[in-house]
Parts: sequence; C-alpha cells; structure tokens
Amino acid sequence: MATIEQKGMYRSFPRSGKDVSFTHYCPGCGHGIINKLIAEACAELGLQDRTIFVDPVGCGVFTYYYWDAAHISAAHGRASAVATGTCRARPDAVTMAYQGDGDLGAIGFNNAFQAASRGERFGCIFVNNSLYGMTGGQMAPTTLDGETTTTTPFGRDPALTGHPLHVCEVFNQLAAPVYIARVSVADTRRILQAKQAIRKMFEIERDGKGYALLEILAPCPTNFRMTAEKAAQFCITEMEKEYPLAVFRDVTKDATPLVPRDVPRAADCAALFAEKTVVPPAADDPAIAEKRFKFAGYGGQGVLSLGLTVAEAARLERRHTLWFPSYGPEQRGGSANCSVVVSGTPIGSPTVEHPDVLVCMNQPSYERFVGDVVKGGTVIVDETVPLTVAPPEGVTVVRWPAIRLAEEFGVPKAANTMMLAALKKLACTGLSGASLEAALVASFKKKPELGEKNRELLRKAEAREG
Amino acid sequence: MTKFVKGNEAVVIGALYAGCDLYFGYPITPASEIAHGAAKWFPMLGRTFVQAECETASVNMMFGAAAAGKLCMTATSGPGFSLMQEGLSYLAGAELPAVVVNVNRAGPGLGNVYPEQSDYTPAVKGGGHGNYQTFTLAPASAQEMCDLTIKAFEMAAKWRTPAVVFADGLQGQMMESVALPAAEVPRPDFSAWAAQGEPKTRANLVKSIFLDAHAQEVFNEKLQAKYEAMRADALAESCLADDADILLVAFGIGARIARTTAETLRKQGVKAGCFRPITLNPFPREQLAAAAKGRKILSLEIDAGQFADDVRLNLAKAGLGAEAAAVKMIHRMGGEVVTVDDAVKAAKELL
Repeated sequence: MATIEQKGMYRSFPRSGKDVSFTHYCPGCGHGIINKLIAEACAELGLQDRTIFVDPVGCGVFTYYYWDAAHISAAHGRASAVATGTCRARPDAVTMAYQGDGDLGAIGFNNAFQAASRGERFGCIFVNNSLYGMTGGQMAPTTLDGETTTTTPFGRDPALTGHPLHVCEVFNQLAAPVYIARVSVADTRRILQAKQAIRKMFEIERDGKGYALLEILAPCPTNFRMTAEKAAQFCITEMEKEYPLAVFRDVTKDATPLVPRDVPRAADCAALFAEKTVVPPAADDPAIAEKRFKFAGYGGQGVLSLGLTVAEAARLERRHTLWFPSYGPEQRGGSANCSVVVSGTPIGSPTVEHPDVLVCMNQPSYERFVGDVVKGGTVIVDETVPLTVAPPEGVTVVRWPAIRLAEEFGVPKAANTMMLAALKKLACTGLSGASLEAALVASFKKKPELGEKNRELLRKAEAREG
Repeated sequence: MTKFVKGNEAVVIGALYAGCDLYFGYPITPASEIAHGAAKWFPMLGRTFVQAECETASVNMMFGAAAAGKLCMTATSGPGFSLMQEGLSYLAGAELPAVVVNVNRAGPGLGNVYPEQSDYTPAVKGGGHGNYQTFTLAPASAQEMCDLTIKAFEMAAKWRTPAVVFADGLQGQMMESVALPAAEVPRPDFSAWAAQGEPKTRANLVKSIFLDAHAQEVFNEKLQAKYEAMRADALAESCLADDADILLVAFGIGARIARTTAETLRKQGVKAGCFRPITLNPFPREQLAAAAKGRKILSLEIDAGQFADDVRLNLAKAGLGAEAAAVKMIHRMGGEVVTVDDAVKAAKELL
C-alpha cells in the first residue's frame, strides 16, 4: 500500500487480535471514505499530536484502530458530553467527536445540542446514513419517510414515528456554533467537497474558534439492501431531497474565540479560604456539658440565623458545635427550624430530640416542640404566641416581646436579635454575653454597620425588659 | 484555621485542596450547595465549573475529562445518582479516576429531600452494569466531608477507579467547624495512559471495549484482582468497643447517633460500643470481625436493611456465622432518622 493512502492512519489495524490492513466497514460504506478523509486532514495539518478523537458506539466504534492519534471511546450517545469534558480539560488540544445518527440524533441528541449551545470547543462530525447500522438497520430519527428498516418493516410512517430529523437545521437555531454544514460522500465530486469541509473542521478547532458541526450523508449498502452503486445513488437522489447539502453557517473567518469574563481570583486554596477572624479548632473540655437548642418560627423571622449566631458564639469559645436547618420545600414563608448542639467534647448524634433550650417565634412551633423539652429546660416564646399547650413539668417558659420590641425600635427584621437579647439575659446558653454579642456582630460581616446597630438594639432590649 | 461550613461546602473545599481541576454538575436538593460552592470557587482558582444539562451528561463529561488526564468530580443525590450508573460503569471499565458525591435523599422515586442511606447498594456494590466496584467512603462530619473527599481523589488516582463519597441530606446541610487542610495535594501524572493532546500521549487509547470474550475475561480478572488489593485501604473506627457486650454498627451520620446511643447506654450500666466502617467498599471486614467476635450486634441505619445485610455478609465471610445470624437492626426510612431513645431501647432488647 502506498504511503500516501495511509496518511494519518496506523500502518495496520490490530482488530480482534489479528493484524489487518483493511477496515471493518462493509464494501461501499460511507464511513470508510470519511475515516480516510479525517485521517488525511489531521495528518496534513500536522495535528496528530494535538488531536484527541472521541469515538462513538455504532459503526464508527473502531476508528481508534485507524486514526493515528489519541482516542477516547465514549458510551453510546455520549460523545458530545465526553468531548465537552475533554476539551474543557485540555483546551489546547484539538478535540473531535465522531457520531452517527442514532448516537447523535436519538439517544444523545440533547448532549450534542447542549454542547453546541454552550459553544464547546470541539468539532462534531456527524455521519447520517438514515439508520442504525451496527445494530442491524433499525429506524433512526433521520430515516426517510417510507424508508424500510428492520423496525419500520412497512416503511417509516410519519403518523406513527414523526418526520425525519434535520440536525443541521435544528442546530442552526443556536447562537454559539461557528460552522454548520452538510456534505456527502456519495460520489467523487461530493467527496472532494467533504474533504474540504473536514479540513475546515480541524482548522476551526486548531485555532480554538468554537463549536463546529459537520453532517455527512453516507451510504449504507448493507442495511439499504442495495449494491454499493445503488446505495450511493440513493444517497444522492433520495437523501439529498430530505437533507439538502449546504453550508448553513460559516462565521469562522471573523470569529474570535470568546474569552471568559473576569471573576475575582485567589492565588491558591489558602488565600481563597482565608477568613478575617481566625477561629481556632474546638478544645476538648469534658467539664462542659452538652447543650441542645432548637430555634423555630416562620421562614423569614430569622430563626435560622439566630441559631447560627449561637453556634458562632460557641465556636468563639472553642466549643464543639453544629447547626442544621429543617424547612419545607418553599424557599420562603413556610415553617422553619434549626437545631444547634454545643458541647465540650466531640458531638455524637446531631439531632435535637430533647432540647435544653427551645426558642419559638410562632404558635405552630411552640405547639410542635414544647413537649420535647427536657426537665430543667427553658422555653423562650414570643409574647404573641398563646400558650395553648402546657409545658412539661420542670420546664420554664418565658414569654418575651421580641416582635414588639423590634417594631418599637423601628427595625421589625431584628426580632431575632431581640430573641438573642432574651437568651443573653436569661443566661441559658452556657455561653458568655460577650461571645453572643461578638457572634451577632460577626453575622453581619457583609454589612458591618448593621452588626453594630444590632448590638445596640440587643443591649437596649436587655435594658428595657427588666 | 477553621471555617464553619455546611458539609456540602466542605466537599468543595476538600476537592480543591485535592487538586480537582474540573467540576461537572446538575442541581439537585440536598446536594446543590456543592454545585454552588464549585461554581464560585473553581473559577476563582482558575479551574473549571460546567453546569451540565443532566446527570447523564455530568458523568460523561467526567469521563472525557478523566480520560484527558485531569482530576474531576460531580455531586448529586439519589435520582441523579441513578442516572449516572451507566457512566460509572464506563469509568470503571476504562479504569478512570473520578469522584462522585452522593448526598442521599429519601426515595424511591421523587421521595423527598430529607436524609436516607437507601442508595447503599448502588453506592457500595457498583450500581451499573458489569463486574465493577467503586471505592466508597462514608463521611460522618463536615470535617470528613472535606477530608474524605480528598481521600476519595487519592484512592481514585491510586486505583484508577471511580470513587464515591456517600453522604446524606443531613450531613450535606449541617454546619460544623472544618479545619482547613495543611497543603494542596500535587497533581498526579496520568500521561502514561491519558489522552492529553500532547506528543507523548498520542498513542494512548482510553476505552472499555474488549470485543474478544477471552480478552474481556482477562480484563475482568484484572479488575477483580484490583478490588481484592484495594481491601488493604479499608478504613474503620470504633469507640467504647473493647469490653462491650453490645456492638452498634453504623456508618455516616448513623455512626454518630450510634455513638451517643452507646454513651447513653454506658450511663445506664449497659456495656455498649460502636463500630463504624469509614470505607464501605472496601468493607473493613477484618476490623469488624475483630470488634464483633462474641458480641451482640445491632445495626443502626437509615435504609431498609441493605447495610445490615452487608454486615451479616461480611461477618459470615470472616467466619463469624453465629454473630452474622444474630445481627439485629434498628432503622428508619423516608427522611426520618433513628432517635437515640429508640436505639437505646432496641439495644436493651438484645440483652
């Protein structure tokens, strides 16, 4: 075999343990021609070292035996998703996906379409032979109206299976692709056009210009049940009627690769995660008993951040602590509660079945949780909540005007800060007032002026309610 | 230095310290904060975040990035994890390192967003097609959501296998202090097998296909030998177990409930201890056998008993048939979590 004919191809193909010099394609199959054109273009442009081929499942599955370049063999339908990962991982590589019409048009359509929509930097070579070849000639989305396949034995009936899918025309609705074209390999003139188009695909990816799609009409004599000549003729006379050859878009001349907009940068992980206030890890102190808290109310009343403030105060005192929320699927407005555990030793179970301290901002929360509070525990409840349920024996209930105070102070959103004042005043958290205040201020780290304002309100509330 | 973060955020911190260069993901509660953190922090370090169109895409994007020689990850919850199983099989079949975090929610079907451990079987036994396994780690705190994510990358690279960080909705949402890792892990070199678009990797081919039955069998044998060797990296911990009459066996968040249960039982004069597998695959069989020999065993879990069955299986394989047959279980499902009160009661019933 002359060297020129092997350009870009391996010298022999070790398929199934045998070293052979012919491909697995049936005589007259379009894939064989396309494979040769791809190998030639890759080699002629000097891109074999830079190219990563993403191979499909289907008749093109064995291209890794043929093209002399790096290969990734994808799952059926997923070549465009795989190529997305590859081109993102290796932006300097030339990533080229090769897909058939079942692979791209059916099972993997959304992956291919979304990759095109994102403008991923790979080229997608899409071979349309109007059916599934490897699995035995079944209907593909591209099968022609009336075409007989093994799953349309009476011919494709649009009433039952819809109409042929025009991939290029659909993708041409997207903003990102820089090149979309349909060519054919049914005769010499068309093969020469296809060769130019394939070369262009490589040039686009070599220059990092963006996403490109090339659909190639290809004969499948075996499943058409025709001679090679008749299959090629079918491609020209029948398939091109449905799928006209065209360049749908070519903006490659003027296309400059999109450069991502600037985002804030950090030098490394340590710089990224550095905090203004350095909080050291918890220190073990078995003398400090575990305290469990529950904070409950309507979403928007600030019970989750109230719990976070108590947890932060515990952290500042180097206690072990945890916080977790529980809320309905609504983002706002439903019932919300959070649990906080503070301990001198590492915390086991995170759930708060029996709180030592329960803070309730609304009636449903009070009714739901008051019965769980441990003997000797404290319930702080907003004064607007009627005590419809008697607390368990040995539980102290304190009614506190959190909502009213916040309104009187002209900051209705600060009702949770007013609750914190109660927690501080009643000294029921086991944490110092200074830590609670420091945690409160720290909770407004994005708006420091609000932190100081809330500290003032907290002190005012404490002083007011003797 | 410590940060007070959700378990989900701790995962992202761990991934970045581990040298993960690409994140591919699709939003799903209760795992979404992992995507949020990744979307913010990966680009800030010049790394890549891609919001995929579906979980099938996420896992295949990972396939493409891992095949190109980079560390990458995704995170999801039950329904998304189901969609990823085919891709996990391909990753295992092509021997690619990648990390999937499953923040388990309640199922089956749409279920709800509260915690379960019900994806145990697909997360631990290889939920897709073919003879494969994943390296599966089960964190039990925000600190471990960070640290075991780092470990997952280390194991994925060491064994050239997909690794699963198997957490639950409670841990994903729970905030705790996390001590930041001391240093970033250097990037591994995968150029011996990866398709990197460079001259030295031109001959590399990443695939999971062996047309020849014999070759496929030889490859399967190689995989099985790898999984056997992987057992050396099994991790476990126990507490209060040395003189225990009753051993609570639990993983993940369940292990913390078990610990409080054991401490409570001790206060009531019952000698209880805990055993916790940190890796669910490889399962720490020998460690479990050593802790369980001659003891009454209570498996505590948030599933229908998939974990208890695995405990029995591993005890039996370790030659502790009597202990295996006597394993009892306390469990909840649907997003409800076992309470310490109920676990204490169940343990006492064993006596």
